[in-house]
Formats: sequence, structure tokens, C-alpha cells
Amino acid sequence: MLTAVLAIFLLAAVAPTVHRFLPHQSHWVLALVPAAVTAWFAMQLPEVGAIGSGHGEQAVIQVIPWIPSLGVELAFRLDGLALMFALLITGIGTFIVIYAGGYLHGHVHQGRFYLFIIAFMASMLGLVLADDVVSLFVFWELTSITSFMLISFNHEDPSSRRSAVQALLVTASGGLALLGGLVLLGQTAGSFRLTEIEASGVDLRQHALYLPILALLLLGAFTKSAQVPFHFWLPNAMDAPTPVSAYLHSATMVKAGVYLVARLNPTMGGTDVWFYTLVGFGTVTALWGGYMALRSVDMKKILAYTTLFALGTLVMLVGLGTPYAFQAFGVFLLAHALYKGALFMAAGSVDHGSGTRDVRELSGLWGKMKVTGVIIALASLSMAGLPPFFGFIGKEVMYEGMLEAGSFGIIVTISMILANATMLGAAGLVFWKPFMGRPSPAADHAHESGIALLLGPAALAGLGLLFGLFSGIPGANLLGAVTTAVTGIDTVLDLHLWHGITPALGLSVITVALGVVLFLALGRVKSALDGLARVSRINVDAAWDHILAGLDAVFTVVTRRMQPGYLRTYMFLTFLSITVLLGGTILLKGGLPIGIGSIEASYLGWFLAALMVIGTIGAVAATSRLQAITALSVVGLAIALLFLVYGAPDVGITQLMVETLTVIIIVLVLARLPPFKKREQLSNWVRLRNGAVSIALGAIVTSILLAVSAIEQPLDLSEFFAARSYVDAHGRNVVNVILVDFRGFDTLGEITVVAVAGLGVFALLKARLSRKVQGGAD
Amino acid sequence: MHSLILQTGTRLITVLMLLFSIFILWRGHNEPGGGFIGGLIAATAFALHGAAFGADAVRRLLPADPRTILACGLVAAIISGLFALFGEGGPDPFMTGRWVEFPNGFALGTPVLFDIGVYLVVVGGLIAMVLALMEED
Repeated sequence: MLTAVLAIFLLAAVAPTVHRFLPHQSHWVLALVPAAVTAWFAMQLPEVGAIGSGHGEQAVIQVIPWIPSLGVELAFRLDGLALMFALLITGIGTFIVIYAGGYLHGHVHQGRFYLFIIAFMASMLGLVLADDVVSLFVFWELTSITSFMLISFNHEDPSSRRSAVQALLVTASGGLALLGGLVLLGQTAGSFRLTEIEASGVDLRQHALYLPILALLLLGAFTKSAQVPFHFWLPNAMDAPTPVSAYLHSATMVKAGVYLVARLNPTMGGTDVWFYTLVGFGTVTALWGGYMALRSVDMKKILAYTTLFALGTLVMLVGLGTPYAFQAFGVFLLAHALYKGALFMAAGSVDHGSGTRDVRELSGLWGKMKVTGVIIALASLSMAGLPPFFGFIGKEVMYEGMLEAGSFGIIVTISMILANATMLGAAGLVFWKPFMGRPSPAADHAHESGIALLLGPAALAGLGLLFGLFSGIPGANLLGAVTTAVTGIDTVLDLHLWHGITPALGLSVITVALGVVLFLALGRVKSALDGLARVSRINVDAAWDHILAGLDAVFTVVTRRMQPGYLRTYMFLTFLSITVLLGGTILLKGGLPIGIGSIEASYLGWFLAALMVIGTIGAVAATSRLQAITALSVVGLAIALLFLVYGAPDVGITQLMVETLTVIIIVLVLARLPPFKKREQLSNWVRLRNGAVSIALGAIVTSILLAVSAIEQPLDLSEFFAARSYVDAHGRNVVNVILVDFRGFDTLGEITVVAVAGLGVFALLKARLSRKVQGGAD
Repeated sequence: MHSLILQTGTRLITVLMLLFSIFILWRGHNEPGGGFIGGLIAATAFALHGAAFGADAVRRLLPADPRTILACGLVAAIISGLFALFGEGGPDPFMTGRWVEFPNGFALGTPVLFDIGVYLVVVGGLIAMVLALMEED
């Protein structure tokens, strides 16, 4: 499994290069890797997928030690739930890569796009396979970051940027809550491995921290899966290129939250809070999605809102917690992934062929785009939940699940009939409206898309029909294992198109009738819905702007106070904070054991100390910057000599070099600074204040040094290094051996800081330079 | 800044300092010295050269753009850590030292490569800053 994730990450890294060499065939080449990974996962089906058929729990587990000394490991688990997601991610991902090759053909940043979307694929795959909550969180955040890159792909478009920032802020703040929840979960359960938590028998539901943990985890899941009231970012994310929308909505990103909820069900689920929270939020989200879908005119927006419906439904199903509801979870998840992937890609094909996605401008496309038409017809019939499509089976099982749920189930059932009916209406909007009727002007010049654009949606839509007709195939091989993984109880799934005359069938008939009425009366329904919108006036999206603007205003004020542009003020604030923090700590801890230890003061030492005092006085009394720097460098050089005198030549040379370089750099900077602000211009109060802080800080540092030298130093460390340095690291210079060997990892961190600082200064100065040049040109 | 004395002196001192920096880098493992100090000395040498002859002269003297040098250094340091993956006894934690010992007692190991990485990062980073300042106007 690690190999699979790493292979796809590696593919992401080389994708731009591959594209550069094969600009026209790159998508076919790149698709080979996810296709191979899909095949590998498919080969696991007999072993993992048949859990429900009485073989018992047979999850494949792979553990790789990562930081053994801290007990951190990279653990993967492949059970039914993970396997289904893995198949969807890599399978649909393969088609998406091919589709992107056709859709973005000739785009300047096509290579970069491959990099982002394949990296996203790998992150998502890692997320669903992760068994260790730390790696789960890392992959979770990686999906947020890569999807940010994807949504903002058209980064020159301000609305793309806004949507991307919105998606990132919403999902990443949820991610922070998730991190807190996962840490609490791990500590409470005594393990950071999900398998162990499930097996440990610790009943989290009875634990005092159950509610906080649940709240934090659900916050993460709900923001990621766009549950109301965090739903607003998802339709906005439609600014992304169509392959992204198709991928994010069908298989991946937005389903991460649903995945998490299902994953947690065996350990956290089944309580009243769980039931009412998930069912409540899920149902409202589903209804809201259906309502907004009918009000939209952009094909992608319509589909985005139907995704909201699906996400709400899935969360609701996990919350319901009846056996049929858990079965419906797997069935509906698969059905939705198939039809939604197909519909999004086909909508992109319509856009590509006709130049618009606005359903008001589209009609009669059938004559020009027959293949796309057939695909959309197949997929939207599945979305509408009509037989013999897989979506129909999903809807039937769903109704069975709700009928089992008792009194609260009735409210849910009524809401879901409404929501499902809107899906039928939405299906009409994306198929009947654009393809039937007399050709509109946009349809006149429409043309059919090429193979790359049609392969994926055709395959997915075809699977939706195939699984509907032969529902035993996914039922016996995969979905039973999914149910087993979600419930923790072995389940055998027996799916049929025809259940006999059941209450669920009755509900289906009502849904279809209602849906047909909704679609036929769409004009009137729309104006009624618009009227409803005037009454409700819920617009979280607009509120979002207000919140951001408010935060901006607050931070502008804070920044203005903290960063007025005077180095003097920065230094003052920095020193003041150090003084308060250090001094406060010392006071709270009850003072320091000050005393003069065994310092051997030679005459040379006293002389150097006197030199430093003179340098300091010179710096304070200086009237120009050059004077101040010269005086300060006297102090620095004296310190360097002090190190030499007391036997630390390494530190001495370093200090000498740093001193020299600092002077050179400061002199270079000096030439560009405005003249020294005259002493008289600083008010007496400010000078007094600065002096007081300086003296206080100096006193604190001095007393700390005195205290340090007064304490007996433990010699174990120095003895250890002295004894091991030549034996372990072939070096007699202990200082250097510590730097490059014993603590080499720290040094690696430090040189990275040096590198970033160097680049940062370079970029800052160059940015100013180019702005100046531009300013001159204006 | 066109000072004849500075220029004449610098011509000699730059070369000496660069040689000295490499010497310091090399002997660092057994005697006082090392990559960080060596890098600082080399950076000082280049900065001094820049002060005497201008930024362009420094660029002509450098084998590559300072940012490239910096990047090479980071890569060298990271690669030195990756050697830990190979060797008898299977992969060790990142940055475990690997040594090759010669019959005469001389030993060459990954810390040396790491130290060279440190040296290059320090030189590259500091020179990037100094040059950016010198070239600002």
C-alpha cells in the first residue's frame, strides 16, 4: 500500500517533465500508473472485499516503522471501506487524468495541472488507507492544500482565488479541530492506531471526554464534507477546471469527511448525540442541496448542489445506524461516485462542444452531441434513482434503512422523499432541458468531443447501468465488506433490482411522481423557490466576505501599531517582550541563585571586559550610525578575543567572521537608510523608556549568566561526547562532530533556516527593485 | 568605492581567504574548524571582494548563481543523510553516519559531505544577501 501511495506521489513529481517531452500523449502515459494501482487494488477484492461473505475480518494491514524511538509508525489498513475508496480514487483518477489531457489540451500550465491533481490523488489515497491517526491527519491536510492549488488553478481570475482561499480556510480550520480531536481520541483510547482503538474495547461513548472529542472530529468532517452551515465553499469551488470538479465531487475531497464519519462509527457511533447530530445536519444539507440545485442554471452549479444532497444523505445514513442504512451507505456512495463523475465530465464536454453550461441557453443538443447525450442520459437516470440503474437500488435500500429508524425516521423519510424528488428534477435539468427540444443558437455550432473527453464518463455511466442490472457483482464482492467495515459486524449483502412489493417501492413511486411534477412545473416551482429565498435570506457566502473584511480591519489596526516601519520600535517591542517573559519567569520561580562561580579572571580578561564597556558607552553616545556600528563592533571583537583567550577557538573564529560580515552588511544597508533621527527629536520619555528596558534586559541576562556559572555543571554530556566522538564519528574535534554527526539533524534544520533567510532577503530586495523599475516606467 | 590600496590588498586576501576557508572546512572534523566557519570565511572573502571591485566582479568570480550554490548545499546535506538507507544491516535512521576506512587509518564519511553542504549553504545564502544589497541601485 505504501508502494501504491508513493508510486502516485512519484508520478506527480515527474508528471510535468513527462508532459514536456510528450505534450500530446502525456495523459495516456500518465494514466498508466493509476490504472496499474487500480488493478492492484482490484486484485485485493477476493481477499478483502469478501469479508461479508463469512470469511471474518480480513483487513490487510501494513506497518512501517517511521520514528521507532518515539513509537511513531506509518500504518495502513485495507478493509472494505478503504478498498472501495481506493478503487474509486485510483479508478476515477485514471479517467480524470485522461480527461484532463483532452480538456486542458494546449493549456500553458497543463504539466503543472497534472502535478497538482496526481499529488491530490496520492494524498487522498493515503488518507483512506491510513490506519495511524497522525498519518491520517497529514494526508487530510495534504488534500486541503492540493485542492487549494487545484481550485486556484486559474489563479489570474480573482473569483478563482477567492473560492480557493475560502475552501482552504474552511477545510483547514476544520482540520485544526480534527487534529485536536484526533489527539484527544488517541490519548483517551490509549493508542493512535485506529485498528487498535477499535479492538481495545475502551468504551469511548462512556468517557467524560466523549462529547468534546466528537464535536472536534465532526467539525473536521463537516467542514470537509460541506455540511450546512459549512456548505458554501463547495459550489464556489466550481471555479476550478472541470476535471477538478469531477474528481473532487465524485470520489474524493468532499467525501473525505463522509469517510471519516463512517470510519469512526464503530468506535464513536450509536449514541443519541451521534444520531441527532448526523441525521439532523445530514438531512438539512440534503434538502438544501436539492433546493439550490433546482434554482441554479449553470450545469456545474446544479451538479455541485446535487453533491451537497449526496453528502448530506451519506452523513444522515451513517447517523441513522440501522442495518439497512449502513448497507445503503455503501450502495449509495458507489452509485453517486459513478454518476457524479460521469455527469461532471460530460458537463465539461457540453461546455467544450457548445461553449456554454447555462441550461437556459441550451436545448436540442441531441442532434450534435449524441454520445455525450447518451452518457448524460444514463448517468442522470441513475441520479434520478430510476430502474434499472444502480442509483435506483441505492434509493431503495436507503428507504428501507429509514423505515427501520422509528418515529424520527418518518420526518427523515419525508425530507428525503422531497430531496430525492429534487434530484429527479435536477436530472431533468441536466439532460432533458439541454438535449431535447428545438436546437438553441448555442446548439447550432456544437460539436461532439474527442475520445479523451468521452472515455471516462462513458465508462462510469456504463458501470452505473451494469451494476444496476447485475447488482450481485458489487454486492457480493465489495459492498458487504464496506458495511462490515462501517458497522464492525459481518454483513452479507444481497442486492436486487426487484424486491417485490415493499413499502420502499411505494416510496419510490411517490418520489418519482413528485419528481416528474417538479420538473414539469419547473417554471412555477422556480418562482416559488425564489419567493422562499426572499423570505429566508440565508446567505452564508456573503457573510463570509463580511467576516474576512472584519478580520482584515482588525489586523490592519494591530499591524499598524506593531509595525510602524521604525526598526527602533521593533527592537523596543522585542526587547520588552523578552524582558517581561524572562523577568516574569524568574520572579514567579522565586529568583535565581546568583553567585560568582569558579571564573578565573586573568588580566587579559579584565582588559577585554573593559574594552566591551568602552564600546558600549561609545555605541550609546554615538551621533551617527557609522559611529554606533564601529563602537558595537569593538564589543563584538572583544567577545571573539575572549573566546580565544578562554580556549574556544571555533567559537572565536565564528564570532570574528560573523562580526566582520555583519559590519559589511550593515554598512551596505546604511547607505540606503534615511539619516539618523536627531537625538532631540526623541522625547525624553521615549529615551527614558528605551533606557529602562535596555538596562532591565541587561541586568536579567547578566544575572542568568551568573546563575549558570554558579551552578555545578553536570559533566556526563561532555564526557560522553569526548569519549564517543572519535570512536563513533572518526573526528577529534568534538564541537564539529556534535554539529555534523551527533546533532546533524538539528544542523540540517539550521542550514535550511539560513537558506530560507538568504532567499527571503534576496526576494525582498529584488521585489523592491522591480517595483522601482515598474514605477519608473509608468 | 575605488580605493587602490583596498583593491590591491583584496586581490591577494580574497584568494588566501578562500584557500583558508577550504582548509578550515577540511580539517574541521579533527581540529577547530568546520563547514559553518569555513562558509563564513569564504562569504567574507567574497563580500570583501565585492566591496573593492563591485558586485559584478563577485559574480564573475563565482562558479554559479549564489542561489544555485545554496540549493546544491541543501541537496548535498540531504543526500548525505540518505546514505543511512543503504549498507549492511538494513536501513538506519536518517543521517546515520556511514564511513569508508582506508588501510592507513584515514576515514571518509557522510559527515564530510554534510559539512560541505553546510559550507555551500552558508556561502550561497550570505552572498545572495550581500549581492542583493550591493546591486540594489
